[in-house]
Amino acid sequence: MIHTRELTRTFRVGKRTVEAVRGVDIDVGEGEFVALLGPNGAGKSTTLRMLTTLLEPTSGTASVAGHDVRAEPTEVRRRIGFVGQGHGAGDDQRVRDELHTQGLLYGLDRRTARSRTGELLDLLELDEAADRVVTALSGGQRRRLDIAMGLIHRPGLLFLDEPSTGLDPQSRANLWEHVARLRGEFGTTVVVTTHYLEEADGAAERVLVIDHGRVIADGSADELKSRVSGDLVVFTTEDGAAADLGAKVAEALPSAGTAEVVAEPGRDPRVRIRVEHGDAALPGLLRSLDGAGVAPLSVAVSRPTLDDVFLTLTGRSLREGER
Amino acid sequence: MTATMRTQPPPAAARTRGTTARDVWIVFQRQGRLVLRRPALILFGMLQPVLYLALFSPLLEGLGGPTGEGSWRWFVPGLLVMLALFASGFAGFGLLPELASGAHERLLVSPVSRVALLLGRVLADAAMMFTQMLLILALVVAFGLRIPPLGAVVGLALLVVLGVGLSTLSYLVALAVRQTYVFAPIVQGALMPLMLLSGVLLPMDLAPGWLYALSRLNPVSYVVDAERALFAGEWGPAVGVGWAVALGLAVVALAVGGRAVRGSAR
Ligand SMILES: Nc1ncnc2c1ncn2[C@@H]1O[C@H](COP(=O)(O)OP(=O)(O)OP(=O)(O)O)[C@@H](O)[C@H]1O
Ligand SMILES: [Mg+2]
Repeated sequence: MIHTRELTRTFRVGKRTVEAVRGVDIDVGEGEFVALLGPNGAGKSTTLRMLTTLLEPTSGTASVAGHDVRAEPTEVRRRIGFVGQGHGAGDDQRVRDELHTQGLLYGLDRRTARSRTGELLDLLELDEAADRVVTALSGGQRRRLDIAMGLIHRPGLLFLDEPSTGLDPQSRANLWEHVARLRGEFGTTVVVTTHYLEEADGAAERVLVIDHGRVIADGSADELKSRVSGDLVVFTTEDGAAADLGAKVAEALPSAGTAEVVAEPGRDPRVRIRVEHGDAALPGLLRSLDGAGVAPLSVAVSRPTLDDVFLTLTGRSLREGER
Repeated sequence: MTATMRTQPPPAAARTRGTTARDVWIVFQRQGRLVLRRPALILFGMLQPVLYLALFSPLLEGLGGPTGEGSWRWFVPGLLVMLALFASGFAGFGLLPELASGAHERLLVSPVSRVALLLGRVLADAAMMFTQMLLILALVVAFGLRIPPLGAVVGLALLVVLGVGLSTLSYLVALAVRQTYVFAPIVQGALMPLMLLSGVLLPMDLAPGWLYALSRLNPVSYVVDAERALFAGEWGPAVGVGWAVALGLAVVALAVGGRAVRGSAR
């Protein structure tokens, strides 16, 4: 469904050149559900905007739904749906009118456009707001209208740029449920960008990690996580001396990595260490700590997350202010 | 690209192939709905010309001559040109929020004809302007002004052509600058000299030589001359010149405008 080779886009800002996307190769097959995961400014939207014909690539090629984005943009547009990062509805338009118009623009006849409008209003729980103007909607309702507009022509390939921003957990779950249904019913291919690790983890089958305009990892969430060696074990101690001793003891465990002592003012010192099968290693760790006279205040074991994957790959965290 | 993917055909639902005319009509309706829902917008746009008619045109009678004696016959055609100038000049305002929010982008991703995105809007603006002009004509006729019907029809058509050209230019400016605080001074700065140098308020014959020469460089002057001739029932060369200028402006603006919409994602 999507094939890009060395896809690149730069922007000129004053005298500076911003390399937003630097030579990206992406192949997405029919029916796949792919998440682009990356921090702010990674180049996710720019990539999507090139794939959806909104931006000309600076160099490289992209074929989307069987057509080259540069040579046959209209053919591409006919076959895709796009929910952008901004809001797609006109401020002074009525919800129902805007959805109906969107259907007509994709070549639906009036009757079909009307019935699809009804269906989507119902599905995205916009019934009650259908005759309001867009400015009178809440942020979440507005986002749901954006999504409805992207779905009205039942595209075979759907691009969603941070679709769940501003949605409450209930609407977010509904969105993914609906996307799953679309895929079940029509075999829709879905490409979504997100900051929400849980979404990339739970909903998508495949995750492309993007950073500084490059794809730095590609695989299922489980595959990516298996590249992070071991589970994270964290325990806290009374004081720094105990933490340092605890770190030494922990490093002596079989399959343990290097321990890290985190001391922050006002918080108990923490020891962080990666261990294979952390749950099974825990009793041994506790025994050894006890033997060395270190009494941990709390102990936690966590499986690797996509954030750990990102941290391993880049040395930075996707979650703000956490490390 | 090497391997061409087999794509699924668009889902079985009914699909009619879009034509540009159909797209223009869809965009026209989208814009038209805004006005139909708030018809008072039409009256607001007429406020300025009506004020000129009531509070300014009586001054002309003091001038005597052809301007003073038939003051409305002389003034009303220019007034309509002024209405066209301001109504069309600020047309791009409506696009600015859509450029900022992502609504324009959403339309660009759809297979809608690029020219239709522009033309649908421009024609909706022209329709609104035409309605305002009809209302003003109805008003002055009710107050006793006699206008040759054929002259009025050809004159209004000429103003629609002028309006199409000017509002296209206004959208071009909106697409180029995108920000309200840049758009407003540019448009205001362009419209004022265009109006003052067109002789809509006072006859340019009163002007010193240099000012008269400047007014001849203003394309709007020729449309004003043509309108005055048409409203007086004189079918002289001024009519042809006015039409040529307005048509030329509209054609060039639309050609450039269509291209600008095509590259308007950012
Ligand atoms: N129109 C533009 N002009 C100049 N620079 C741009 C433009 N669009 C994007 N950029 C720059 O390109 C880089 C990538 O931006 P992009 O919007 O693709 O990031 P993103 O991954 O979608 O981020 P976010 O998660 O914040 O949406 C950023 O540095 C951004 O500032
Ligand atoms: Mg983005």
